Parts: sequence; C-alpha cells; structure tokens
Amino acid sequence: MTTPERYEVVIGLEVHAQLRTKSKMFCGCTTTFGAPPNSQTCPVCQGMPGVLPVVNRRAVEFGIRTALAFSCRVNPACRFARKHYYYPDMPKNYQISQYEEPLAEDGFLEIEVDGGARTIGIQRLHLEEDVGKLLHEGTLETAQASLVDFNRSGVALMETVSRPELRSPEEAAAYLRAFRAVLIFLEVCDGNMEEGSLRCDANISLRPRGQTELGTKVEIKNLNSFRNVQRALEFEARRQAQALDAGERIVQETRLWEADRGYTRSMRSKEFAHDYRYFPEPDLVPLRLDRAWVDEIRAALPELPRARRQRFVTQYGVPAYDAEVLTQSRALADYYEASVQAWGSSPGNRGDRPKTVSNWIMSELLAALPGDDELAIQRSPITPARLAGLLRLIEDGTISGKIAKDVFQKMLASGDDAAAIVGREGLTQVADEAALSQIIVSVMAANPKAIDDFKRGKKAAKGALVGQVMKATGGKANPALVNRLLEDKLSKT
Amino acid sequence: MHRPIHELTDAYRRGDLTPTAVAESYLARIAALDERVGAYLTVVREHALAAAQESERRWRAGAPLGPLDGAPLALKDVLCTRGVRTTCGSKMLEAFVPPYDATVVERLRAAGAVVLGKTNLDEFAMGSSTEHSAFHPTRNPWDLSRVPGGSSGGSAAAVAGGLAAGAFGSDTGGSIRQPAAFCGVVGMKPTYGRVSRYGLVALASSLDQIGPFAQDVEDTALLLGAIAGHDRRDSTSIAAPVPDYMAELPRGVDGLTLGLPDEYFIDGMDPEVERAVREAIDVLRGLGARIERVSLPTTRHSLAAYYIILPAEASSNLARYDGVKYGLRVPGRDLVEMESRTRAAGFGAEVRRRIMLGTYALSAGYYDAYYGKAQSVRTLVRREFGAAFARVDLIVAPTTPNVAFKHGEKEDPLSMYLNDVFTIPGNLSGIPGVSVPCGFSGAGLPIGLQILGRPLDEARVLRAAYAYEKATPWRARRPELV
Repeated sequence: MTTPERYEVVIGLEVHAQLRTKSKMFCGCTTTFGAPPNSQTCPVCQGMPGVLPVVNRRAVEFGIRTALAFSCRVNPACRFARKHYYYPDMPKNYQISQYEEPLAEDGFLEIEVDGGARTIGIQRLHLEEDVGKLLHEGTLETAQASLVDFNRSGVALMETVSRPELRSPEEAAAYLRAFRAVLIFLEVCDGNMEEGSLRCDANISLRPRGQTELGTKVEIKNLNSFRNVQRALEFEARRQAQALDAGERIVQETRLWEADRGYTRSMRSKEFAHDYRYFPEPDLVPLRLDRAWVDEIRAALPELPRARRQRFVTQYGVPAYDAEVLTQSRALADYYEASVQAWGSSPGNRGDRPKTVSNWIMSELLAALPGDDELAIQRSPITPARLAGLLRLIEDGTISGKIAKDVFQKMLASGDDAAAIVGREGLTQVADEAALSQIIVSVMAANPKAIDDFKRGKKAAKGALVGQVMKATGGKANPALVNRLLEDKLSKT
Repeated sequence: MHRPIHELTDAYRRGDLTPTAVAESYLARIAALDERVGAYLTVVREHALAAAQESERRWRAGAPLGPLDGAPLALKDVLCTRGVRTTCGSKMLEAFVPPYDATVVERLRAAGAVVLGKTNLDEFAMGSSTEHSAFHPTRNPWDLSRVPGGSSGGSAAAVAGGLAAGAFGSDTGGSIRQPAAFCGVVGMKPTYGRVSRYGLVALASSLDQIGPFAQDVEDTALLLGAIAGHDRRDSTSIAAPVPDYMAELPRGVDGLTLGLPDEYFIDGMDPEVERAVREAIDVLRGLGARIERVSLPTTRHSLAAYYIILPAEASSNLARYDGVKYGLRVPGRDLVEMESRTRAAGFGAEVRRRIMLGTYALSAGYYDAYYGKAQSVRTLVRREFGAAFARVDLIVAPTTPNVAFKHGEKEDPLSMYLNDVFTIPGNLSGIPGVSVPCGFSGAGLPIGLQILGRPLDEARVLRAAYAYEKATPWRARRPELV
C-alpha cells in the first residue's frame, strides 16, 4: 500500500462545509435535511427570472469565526463572484461563490500524526452557495429523465483550501479529522459526512524526493469519508508512482473515486476543464467587514479542540488518547468536564476520578451515543450529574463496577438516576453474585470449624456462616441470595 | 380621458370621473387601436377592471391609497407579475408565469394603480427599436411606419398613443429615454440603486434600472415617487430617503448651472435634433439657468465599453434559460442536446449574438483585455461626470442623435447600437437622466432633450424638466391615431 520511498507525496485538500445557518446563503428558505423535495425553495433559490441574492449575515459570521479559528487574515472587504457552468442541479447555471477576493486567507491547522505535530497552511476560505440534487437512473448523460430537488440549492457553503503541504494519505485523513473537529467545536457545521454536510476533494501529485518543484497534480472528487480520503489517496499515489516508474507522464485531470470498487477513474482532462468565466457578482455589493464585528467574533471564540485536548492532559492528567477522544466535539468535552466537576475532586479522596470518568465515557457512553453528535450528547438521558451519581455509588462500595454497567444501561433506557434504580431493583453490591461469592469463600476459609459442624449435620452452623457474611458486607447483603450461594458452596465442599 | 394621471385623480376626487370608467375607456382604446400600434403583449382586462372597481370603492369612501389610486398603467414585460405571464418578448418565456411580483409591481399595487397589461420590447430588452420582439414589432404612434425606439418601445408607444396613462420600462443603455424621445413622452432613468431591481428580469445587472414613462413631468415625479426607495431584497438598492419629488418641481431653474457637453453634439447627428436641443437650452437660459460648456472626453469610448459589459453580464444572466425548470423546452436525445436545442429555438438572433459576445469577453485569457478594460473605462466615465458635476448642477444634451427611424432601416447591428451613444454614459456612470419632449422634426417626429443629474439628484433633474415643459408648448401635441 505504501508509496515507494523515492517519491514524495504532495496533497492539498479542498473542503466544503455546509454552514449550520437557519436559512440559505442568499434567501430566507430553511435548510432542514431530508425535507420533502422542493418544499424548502423560493423563487431565489430556484433561479427564477428577476430574482436577486441577499447575503446571509449569519453565514458571514460563521465564515469569520472559522477563519479566526484557523488564524486566517479576514479581509476587510471581500466580494462574491459568479462561477459559470451548465448543470441542471444549479438553477442559474452559475454559482455565486468568491474568487479573487475571498473572505479570508493565510491560516493554518495543526494536525497530529504518529505522535508528531505538523502545521498545515490554509490558503483561503470563502463562502458560496450549494447546488440542488438530481435523481435519475444511470448517468445524467444517458438517463431518460431526471428529477431535481432544489431544497439544497442555495444552502450556505464554506470552502477551505489547504496549501499542498500534506505529505501522506494518513496526514490528509488527519487533517480532515482535525478540520472537522474544529468546525464542530465552532458550531458552524454539523460535520456529517454521510449527509454531505462536509465534503472533500483532494489534489495529489508525486515528485522525486529532494525535488522542489511540484509534479503534475490530479484532482480527486467524491471523497465522502475519512476512510475514503485515505484509501483514494493511497490508490492514487500508487497509481502515479507506477506511472512514473514506467516513464509515463501524469496527465493533469479530474478523477472520480469509486469507493465500491476501490479505484479512481478519469472524469475529464485539462483540455476539457471548465472555463468558469468568473466575474464579480453585479447583484451584490462588495462586503465590507467592520473591524469591531470581527473583533467581537474573535472574543467569543470557544477554546479549540487542540488547546482543550492539551488542557485535559495537564489539568486532569488523562492520557493523550483519552483527551483526543473526549474533545471530538464541544458537547462531549463539556460533558466530560461537567461530569468531573459534578463528582467533585476533594483532595485526599480524589483517587483518579478524572480518569475514571474518562473510562466510563469512552467505554459506556460512546458505545451508546456518537461523540461528535452535539445534540445526542447534550440530550443524553444520563446527564453529567447522573454519571457522577453512578460513579459515587461505585466509589462508596454500594455497587460493584460490574453492576454499575447494568445500572448504566438502565439509566440510558429509563432516564432515572442511579440510586433510584439500585434501590428499586436491589442491586446493591451484595446482590452481586460474584462479589458475594468471594466474601463467602473468604468467610468459609476463616471458619473451617463451622464447615465441619455443618458437614456433621449441625444445620445451625450454616446460620453462623450467614451471620459472618452479613457482617462482612455491612448488613447490606441479600439474605436469600447469601443462603443460596452458601448452600451451593457447602454442597460442593 | 386621455389625460395625465394627476388630472385623472383630481377628477376622481371631484367625482367627475371614476377609475372604472377610465379603465374601461383605456381598455376600449387598446381593443380598438393596439392592433395597429402593437404596444401590448398581454392585456389583463379582468384584473384591470377588478382593480379599478376596488379603487373606485376607495375613492367613494374618501380613502384613496394616494395620488396613483386608479391610475391605468402599463408594465414592460420584463417586470415579473404574479399570475400574469412575463415573456421578456422572447419565445423562451412565452408561457412563463412568475409566482411573484417584482418589488416595483408590489409598490404600484399598494399605491392602488390599475395595471392594464404588459408591453412589448426587444427580446430580453436587447435593442433600440422594439422590432426584435419575438412576437410582433411595435409601431410609433406618430408615424406607424417608424419604430417607437427601444427596448421599452411598447411602454413608450402605449403612453404616446393614449393606451395607458403612464407606464414603466427598464433602461440599461437608454431603453427608457430613447423611446421616450422617439414617442414624444417623458421617460426617466433614475440613479442606479434608486429603484429596486427585484423582479426585473435582468439584462445587465450593473446597468439595469427601472423607470417611468409619463405624459408630463408631474406624472413622472408621481410615478417615480411611488417606486423609489430601498428594498432589502435588492442589495444594490440605495438606503437613502426618497425626497418629495412633487414638492421640488416648482422651484425652477433660476440660479442653476447647466453643463453642455461638447461630445454630445457630433458629426452626423440630425441637424433638426441639434437645432431643437440648442433652442431648448436657450429656453432654459431664458428661465434663469447659467449654461456652461463641459467636456466628457471618455464619451467616445462608452459605447465600446458598454458593448463588453452588457453582453458579459447578459450571457451570465441568460444562462438560466436552459429548458430545465421553466419556459421553453425543446426535447433532445440527451441533456446537452435538449439544452442546446432549447436555447437555439428560444433566443432570437440579437440575443444569441450578445450571449456569444459576452461569453467570449469573459473567457479565460480575455477577461482582462475586455471586461477588465471596459470596467476601467467605466470608472473613467464616472470620474468625468463627477468632475463635471463639481462645476455644474445638471448636464443637458440630446437624448438621441436622430428622430425615430423606419422599420427595417437599421439592419446592421452597429448602426443600431450607435443610437444609444448619448444615453449609455448615464448607465455606465449610474447617474439619473430624463428625456423630455423638446420639439418636432419637419416630418412631425418628436425630439427629446436629455437632462442628467448627480447621483440621487432626481429632484433637480425633474425640476429642470418641469420648468422647461411649462415654458414650451410641446406636450399639448398628440399623435393622431384615430
């Protein structure tokens, strides 16, 4: 799978993110995913004759917020431009985008690969509108009919272009992961790659190691998951390496990733590349960004995933891996901190509570809820306070860790708190067969005389043993269970 | 009943006339005469009568919506009207019924206006003669063998011929002022951004502006007042208060300085036009205006710049007509063939020519040489006007180099384009301008005086036009249609 050592892989990513604005980029239509076809449209996003776009202020704010998070320079003025090509999912046959004067430029994103950190440059960030969706059998060119749904047409999109500074498919995937985490943290995009909220195209070229100038690049489209980004780029790097080894020249072209088949295929070569005929959108005036507004947005920026991850390691002493998992979304990181706080960290009785909380979140909560789904985490039936309540019951010995896992599931299903469930269902520590068996074994070991008496037919000896077990469990044992277990054990001795 | 709107509404107030009677009279005239003029593409008889009856009830109740309540108006068929087809004079949109009203139409309805119908134009507003409508040509009411000008020829002819009390058009390079001059009516292009373009089917977005046609300057002020003002649906509309144009009218020209640009009196222009305009300037001088020569040397590059910017923007604006969503669709074996056939069948020769010109001008490698350069010229034109307006209050000039020409006379597109040489700079610079009748040729054809003003200074432009109109007899003359 790896590219021959003699080549250096050069990758740049273009990421399109749907912004979580209530209305579309240039009209007031709503943006809910999955609504009935064409139910969220108006003359503007249907490209009717005579309509005009109006910039969504919130989308600009989200763009600025993201630009600042990537340390980009937010341009004091930017402009929209028309990008022309004919495609029936695009009602005006041009897309309102940004070209020569984007919203922001020159930022960076720090990524971590194999424990090392790298800084990847971000060339530009701009705003544009999304296109609609076509529904047809086979390819559009040959289909007898195609239906078009303009619900997505005009949805606010943010395109971010990295510099060609990624050096492997793994780095590309890491970049996309880190990028997505930032967007989710900023609450500007839901990051859902399956629904297409986040889409990625890649440019990849190879060059002999040591060469400074870039090789001929190929653009790959249709990369809709982290796995696909990595697989497609691995395939493409290998394909290009083989071609170069064979003395062939790489053709500058656009290739489509066929995820099911695991290869890229040529879509169009440079000769057939679109001439987009960009020109400044005359229906919109240049956007002048008030410094004070940008500063206001900067001041309100949340702590970003990387900073928070580092703080989790230093402040809570959790391993780097835990910190990464816990910071996959702002909601989850908030959940973690709230849980730790709810449990409390009084010195002396602290144990390793932060790590325990982390373990429970990673192994139990995230098995039930997707950690990057902000809403799911926020609406979790087990609130941070309830998680803390459960952990407290383990800590004070009321229940065992094993029972606690059952209680956790019951909390998820019912939304009740741990103490209520434990009380109702008699799930205290001593109702735990395994724990109780251990106690019984030790009580039996400590009272060989009583066992002998019992074997000799002195039934009252059993009562003494039960008493010892009850004493050992602080009186919390379930007597029936103790009796049954004891009988079972005695019968086997 | 063929009187200006302000007289009609005075009569409504007094009870001498009713909006219904007036609407019926106009509809009857249209039925009788429009076959010869061809001003209308669509007449909305039932809509008009219903609106007139509502207006009548309001007048009777003593609660009219304003000075346009019950005014029978016509709209150029590039203004979207909810439920009424809007063709743009093109086969492409022959059956297109917009689901929404243009902002201007909304405002007119809110003012109680009675819309009689939609008027003819050169296809997608590309042209200066209204010969290039896909449906039929419009004829000049003063001489039916001649063109009414264009592209808003239907609206100009309707007002001149007494087929509407007032009308609206759009002006991208002179499409209101030139037909107003040819038809002997008042036509005004407001400042770019003064009137919302929302719902105006775009030709060239950075140049298009909606404006009124009227029988006199007073009506022009009324009609402009009803549609002017910021609209949040048009980001290029200007958020500035709208003055009371009517109140400004009587202030006269005494003390105003009028600039006379050397470049607007050119070789080859009709001497009768030049004479009429120079006489008009004498009249204005007589009314107390100071006349000063100004120079606008970039005028000679305006036409070239315009014929880059306009086709470029038009090629983009017209890309949406592909047979996919609305309008004409000519079937094909596949998508590309369907789109190509639709566009070939739906667009006329002039539209296709401009789409090709514009597509070329925006192509990679040519953008800087054409579109970029044209925009630089535009900046120069704007600066020149700015410098001139630092010295003078208004600029006066002919609206057109000649009077209305005969149908079929200008076959060569270039000679047609030259017709707009005096009006185009106003669009490139975005400034307001009016054409007001200033006499007749020996053959009895109207001549127009153009008055240009500073951005957003429509009030002063109208004020000068009003003073001139009051001092001259031209508006009393009517074409003999019947």
